[in-house]
Order: sequence, then structure tokens, then C-alpha cells
Amino acid sequence: MSLIHLSRLLFAAMAIAWVAAATPPAFAGPYEDAVAQFAEGSFADSEEAVGKLVASGNPRAADIITALQDGRLYKDEDTKLVFIQAADGKISNAATGEAVAALPDNASKVRLNNKLRRTVEAAMAGLTLLSPDLDKRVQAAQQVFKSHDETMLPTVEAALKAEKNAAAKQAFAEARAAILLFKSDAADPAKLDAIAVMKARGDQDALALLTAMPTEQSAAVTNAVAGAKASIERSLAIWSLVQNGWYGLSLGSVLLLAAIGLAITFGVMGVINMAHGEMVMLGAYTTFVVQEAIRTHYPALFDYSLLIAVPLAFLVAGAIGVLIERSVIRFLYGRPLETLLATWGISLLLQQAVRTIFGANNREVGNPSWMSGAFDIGQITITYNRLWILCFTLAVFALLLAMLRYTSLGLEMRAVTQNRRMAASMGIATSRVDALTFGLGSGIAGIAGVALSQIDNVSPNLGQSYIIDSFMVVVFGGVGNLWGTLVGAFSLGIANKFLEPFAGAVLGKIAILVLIILFIQKRPRGLFALKGRAVEA
Amino acid sequence: MRIETKRLGATPISRRKWLAAAAGLVLGLSAFGPARAADDTIKVGILHSLSGTMAISETTLKDVMLMLIDEQNKKGGVLGKKLEAVVVDPASNWPLFAEKARELITKDKVSVVFGCWTSVSRKSVLPVFKELNSILFYPVQYEGEESERNVFYTGAAPNQQAIPAVDYLMKEEKVKRWVLEGTDYVYPRTTNKILEAYLKSKGVAPEDIMVNYTPFGFSDWQTEVSKIKTFGSAGKKTAVVSTINGDANVPFYKELGNQGIKATDIPVVAFSVGEEELAGIDTKPLVGHLAAWNYFESIKTPENEKFIKDWHAFTKNPKRTTNDPMEAHYIGFNMWVKAVEKAKSFDPDKVIEALPGIKQANLTGGTSEMLPNHHITKPVFIGEIQADGQFNVVSPDDPKKAKLVPGDAWSDYLPGSKDLEADWVKLKCGNYNTVTKKCGGQGT
Repeated sequence: MSLIHLSRLLFAAMAIAWVAAATPPAFAGPYEDAVAQFAEGSFADSEEAVGKLVASGNPRAADIITALQDGRLYKDEDTKLVFIQAADGKISNAATGEAVAALPDNASKVRLNNKLRRTVEAAMAGLTLLSPDLDKRVQAAQQVFKSHDETMLPTVEAALKAEKNAAAKQAFAEARAAILLFKSDAADPAKLDAIAVMKARGDQDALALLTAMPTEQSAAVTNAVAGAKASIERSLAIWSLVQNGWYGLSLGSVLLLAAIGLAITFGVMGVINMAHGEMVMLGAYTTFVVQEAIRTHYPALFDYSLLIAVPLAFLVAGAIGVLIERSVIRFLYGRPLETLLATWGISLLLQQAVRTIFGANNREVGNPSWMSGAFDIGQITITYNRLWILCFTLAVFALLLAMLRYTSLGLEMRAVTQNRRMAASMGIATSRVDALTFGLGSGIAGIAGVALSQIDNVSPNLGQSYIIDSFMVVVFGGVGNLWGTLVGAFSLGIANKFLEPFAGAVLGKIAILVLIILFIQKRPRGLFALKGRAVEA
Repeated sequence: MRIETKRLGATPISRRKWLAAAAGLVLGLSAFGPARAADDTIKVGILHSLSGTMAISETTLKDVMLMLIDEQNKKGGVLGKKLEAVVVDPASNWPLFAEKARELITKDKVSVVFGCWTSVSRKSVLPVFKELNSILFYPVQYEGEESERNVFYTGAAPNQQAIPAVDYLMKEEKVKRWVLEGTDYVYPRTTNKILEAYLKSKGVAPEDIMVNYTPFGFSDWQTEVSKIKTFGSAGKKTAVVSTINGDANVPFYKELGNQGIKATDIPVVAFSVGEEELAGIDTKPLVGHLAAWNYFESIKTPENEKFIKDWHAFTKNPKRTTNDPMEAHYIGFNMWVKAVEKAKSFDPDKVIEALPGIKQANLTGGTSEMLPNHHITKPVFIGEIQADGQFNVVSPDDPKKAKLVPGDAWSDYLPGSKDLEADWVKLKCGNYNTVTKKCGGQGT
């Protein structure tokens, strides 16, 4: 009996010793348990651990959850230890906060999936609602607005009371309203107030919450919800028109940018230049090369990479344009079919050359920070890259117009294209002007490539996707007229974007093509036809 | 027990088989004349676009085939003969695919062809392979609804990619509202038809499904993305199932990032976005969006690590990524080698007969098998895009223990095809109608 008892005791002691050796010095508090659970490896365990961490109220919880969110939390499944890698690379033990020299060899990242990410975001919101940092508070409030988690209500109300900043106050009020909408035991007046807050907010998120509200409500609440939804829907319908207008302008600017170069080589010089798209592509690849060089040598300059790429792209594409004109096109003036075939061949040649040098894969061209992200005006979202491209397009257009009008090269260009023989008799070296004009058109296409690299793939096929659209714009706007190209591009862009929501992208594009064909039947010379003797030249 | 019966019946069968094989070999040799017999190399055709739109995806497959053939030759070739790759460039031009296939089979006399990417290119070469009785290994995930005697499909059928992905979203993300967004051609249209039928069978209301198509190479996604945003704000969890192909993906994801649609709000699961496609984008705003494949470069197995190492050494580029269709070619090529060794012949008829039942370890820890319907068994993985452009497998929990799903040629969710069955071993038919009991039923 006593022997058995003794052996049991011994066994228990051994077990304890074994456990103590195998696990880290456990203080067995809820916080330490929660941290150790991250080491289990499954998503469900991590999710539970986040909940426990928050409940533990330990001040280090926020650090651990932030690290998890940023992918800086590591686990060692053998020793059940969890580590935080700080932003500067320093490692510390997550449970104790003690610094550790290096991660163990078999440490791996604690994995995240979307469900866990949502849990983490909600947990972070709970932890940062009362943060001294204004941005964090607002972010937390927005997160609560999205998750409308009932348990957050007391914290949100406390935060609302303490808040001094107007924007944050608004965010907290909206978060509180979102919670009240879904709180089954909230009183009707509180719900009506909440609905009014949603109505005032008036965006899609508010509409989504109102739609998702539980249906069993009192008549007053149901009516108020219906009224608020109708009002939000009305205002959103108007905003969507504004949004379509903006999308149209943005598409128009892309079309214009791609077409300006062609408006010179095709519109002004009359060369059916099928290699135009490849000039755009060369511009985009120049941007890629510039960015690569900056990344490896002067990473601090990355935000200026596009500014550096613009003149280089102009020079590269322009030089190749001059080369093409001198070596091929000048022998083919006045023979449009041969020009078409020759430039088509050149375009294939350039594509394959780029494919051979850079490979067939897409190349990554990064967005500088000032071109990333978006901002809201009313209920529409305007992305910075589109806005900058619009400004850039208009600037290029204005510069080109000024150049044609006010410089002597511009004057010579106009003279040669309007009446070659008379210009020659006035002493203008027409063949030199031809080469320069073609180079200018190509160079501008190269600049377009810099901008388009921000919104499209940088691949050898980049140019092909723009060549048809560019011809469409130039022909529609009126050959030989830059203003026509401008108006043509923007009207096509806007028409396209107003058709797309109803007809879909495929049918919308077909409809536009049909409209253009009908229009050209009626006015073969496009929107703004050149009149007078210039037409015959 | 099993061994016993096998041995009992083994002698006569194997002798008969051996006789047949020998007879076939003699016949084959006499048919092709002494030129082939004297030749100690066997030609393998590679039919992938090296120029044009599809070059971005297909060039890699040409390279991986060259590597596999090179490795096989280092091991001594097949049946004592060296393999020789014949590379042709169909230039992303669908009719040219058929011409080049004919050239490979009649002029170069290749024993097998590995090739095609788009469904339309495969459809274009089908008649050629049937007429000239050769073998095609097709490595890309596709819409199904096909099973041909001369074609072996080593990519995923819809039930090995699309349907498990939708199941994952329903189960893990509790998605109730669906956007089916695709490029306007046969693969997305058929896949979306299957998915729509599947979702409806799971009780999803028609107004909770939005189907949308955009042209090839579409780049202005502003309206489409804001449409998705609006559709997603109806108070139900929404997800996008993307069958957007090729180049259009980059601007699509850029626009998603710019308009602030995060994976935690509206996740996008893609069937055509792999490691290769992500190489052209800054993936930080995309973290958490999903892709469904049967292989991911990030899955850690000894086989996969060796494959990646060999690939980097072969291409002399340590940054080259590997992807799902590459693994499909790896499986397909090794299956072909095993089938040739089993048949002891390069004769197409014998190899076609030998292929069903051949097993080959895949790169993610399982063993794939060629089925009688000429599709293979594959594991299905759901991966999340990570900031470094790789995928982190989120389903199944342990990728190495993934269940293998047999490829189904004819979808069970389409009215025209659910009664059809493909079986080239017993039924000798690619579209056997189980209701009318006749070969030659119609798919949709």
C-alpha cells in the first residue's frame, strides 16, 4: 500500500519535473497561457489566444497583437516559446519581454488568415479606443463601426464622453450608433437616434449596416430605417453620376495620353504608325530601368523616380523614333499601305527585342508614395494615381501646343506638314523636320509610357492594348487637329464610363465602336475636320 | 490474399501482354522504317507560345520541359534512348497551334507533345492529335467538359479548384453574396456557369450572385471595382471569385488596393493568379486575398525544395518562381516516362493504354494518379497572398496531408453534362451517357 503510494508520489514528482523541463518557466497566469497558445500553430488556437490576451488586461498585449498583425510574431513549436521581432529587427520573448539574441532555427511566423485578421483588428480597436494618439483612436472607432461588437459599447461611450477632437467625436458617435442598431435590447429612441446618425453619414457603409439590421423591430424603427435607406440611396445615385463623370475624365486622360503622340505622327504627318504602341512600351520599360537603378543605388530617391524617368523616356523613345524615320519611313512617304506594313513589322521587332532583353514576364514598376492611395470627396473615391495622370496629361498637352505655336521648330513642323514644297522653297530642311517631328511624336508616346506604367502592366504587349484606342481617338477627333484629339479622348472616355454600368464592360466597348463607325459615316473627317487648302496637302 | 490471386493470374496475362508488346514493337518498327530504328533519340514536342500575349505564361513551361528532359537524359534517357526536345513557337495564334502540332507530329515525328495553355489553343489542336493519333499533355487548369483519347489533362478540372475554393469561402469566411468576375472567353464562362449552378444548389439566392465579364487585357477597372464595392455593401458577407485571366489581373488588383478594398472586407479568390503573375505587382495592399491551386511554391517538402533548386540552377536565376502548371508538366512528363517504360514502347496507342493507373509523386507530398478519364488526382490548396509575393497555405491546415481529389471531366452541376462519364479503360469513351447508355452524349 505505502509502496504503491510512494511510487505514485514519485511518478507525480517525475511528471512535474518533466513538464517543468519541457515547458518554459510557466507562471501559469492567463496572460502567459494565452501567449503560449500562439505556439500551437492552428488558426483556431491563435484566435483563442488573442481573445485571452485582451481579457488578461496585460499592458504587453497590444505589442503582441500588433506584432501578430504585422507578421513579426514568431513561434517555436518545440519549446512553445513565442517571440516578437521589433521593427528594427531586435528579438524579444513575447511572454516576458526579455531580449533574446536570435530566433531559434526552427522558429516560424505565426500565420494569419482573414478570419484571424478580423479578430485581431477588432481586438486592436478595443485596446486603442482610449489611446492618446488621435489617429489610432479614429481608426479604432472606424473598426468598431465595422464590427459593431456589443461588448465595446461601454468603452465607446466612455471614449465619446472624454473626446475633445471633433472628428474623433464624430467617429465615436457613429461607432456607438452602429452598435445600437444591432443591440437587441436597445430602446427605440436610442435606435431612432442611431438611424439618424447613419442617415447623416449617408455612405455605402451606413447603407450596408441599415440593410443588415435585424428585421424584427417596432413600426417606428422600421419606418425610420426605410426612410433613411431611401434618402441614402437617392444621394448615392446622384454621387454615382458624379463618380461616372470622374471615371470618364480619368479614362479620357489615359486615352488622350496614349493618343497625343499618334496625333502628331499620324494626325499631323499622315504616317500610319503601327509601332506607336511600342514607343509607349519603351517609355514604360525606361521607367522600369530607372526604378531598378534607383532601387539598387539610391533608394532614397525612389519617390522622384518618375520625374527622372520622364525626360529619359522622351529621349529613348524619341531617338528610336528618329532612327525608324531615317531608316524606314522616309522611303515610304505617300505610300500608306507599305508604311502600315513596315511599321507593323517594326512593332513586332521591338516587342520581340524587349521580350528577349527583359523576358516575357511583367516587370514591377512601383508607385511612388505620392501616387498611392485615394481620398474621398463626398461619397466618391478619387485615387491619387488617376488624378496625377489627368494633371500630367493636360500638362503634356499644353506643352505640346505651346511648342507647336511658339517655337521655331513648331513653326517649321506646321509649315512642312501643311505645304511641303512651299516650305522647302522657303529654305526649311524638310527631311530634317520630318525626322524631328516623328521623333517628337515618338518621344511623347514614351512619356505616356511612364504614366501608363503606373496603372497597367509593364510587359512587351503593353503597346498593343493602346494602339487601337489611340487610332480611334485620333480619327474620331479629326485627323491633324490636336484639339480634336483632346475633345475626342474625353468624350469617348466619358461615354464609355456612362455606358459601362448599364451595358457591362464588353458590350459598352462594342457600343462605343459602333457609335464611332456610325459617326465616321456621317462625318468622315472626324469631330474637328481641317478645312481649307491644308486638307489637300 | 491479394498478392496470391495476382500471382495466380499473372503468368498467362503478362506473357500475353509481353507478346502483344513485342508484336506491337515489331509492327511499329516496320511501319516507321529503318530511319527510326537506327535513330537512338526520341523526340518530344514542346508546343508553347514564345511570343505574343501568352508568352508571359507559356515561356516558363517551355523552360521547365527542357529542364525535365535534360534531367531524364542525365538519368540515361527512356528505354535506353536519349530524349530530344523539339521546340516550336505557335506565337499565341490559335490556328497556328494546329499547324505547328501537325508539323511536330508529321515532320519531326515526335512521340509525345507537351503544350497549350488557353482552352482555345487546345480546342484548335484536338482534331490534329485525333487524326494523326499522337499524345498531348495539357498542364493548365481548365473548364472541364472534355475528355479525349489522345489528350491527358494534368491541370485541374473545376471540381479540383473552383468548387473547393467556393466551399472554403462558404465555410471559413461565411460568404453569402458572390461576385463572379471573369474575362470574356470560354474558361471563365463555363466555370462561372458551373459555379452559379453549384451556388444555387447550396441555397444562394439569384440576387446574391453577380456575374460580370470584361474583355481580354482590360485595364480600366474603376467602374467594375466600384460596382463590386456597391454590391458588397448589402449587409451580407461578400466575396469575389475571379477568373480574370493574364494581364488584366495586375490593374485589377492595383485598383482594388487603391480603392481600399481589403481582404478582410471583400476577399478575392482567383483561379488564374499564381506566383508568376504576382511578380509584376506590389503585393502589400493585396495581403489576404486568396488563390486556389494544386501547388504552391511555398509548400515545404523535400521534393519541392529539390525541384525549386534544380529550377534555379537550370535557369541560372535564383529569383525565378515556380507555379502550378509547371508542377503539372513535372507530373505529366514523369507519368509519360513511366508509361513508356511500362509499355516498353513509344507507340502512342500502347502509351495511351498504359497511362491510366500510372502513379507519380507530386511536389506537395502526395501521389497523383492518372485516371481512366485522362485526368489526374490532385490535392487542392487555398493560399493567401503574402507581402513577398508568395502564397501562405490556409487550407488545409497541414498542406502535406491534403486529400487528393480525382479530376472530373464532366461537371455534376451542369444539366447537359451531369449524366456523362469519361472512361477510356472500360468504356473506351470520352462522353458516355449513363442515362441513354450510349457513347456520344453532348456536353454543354
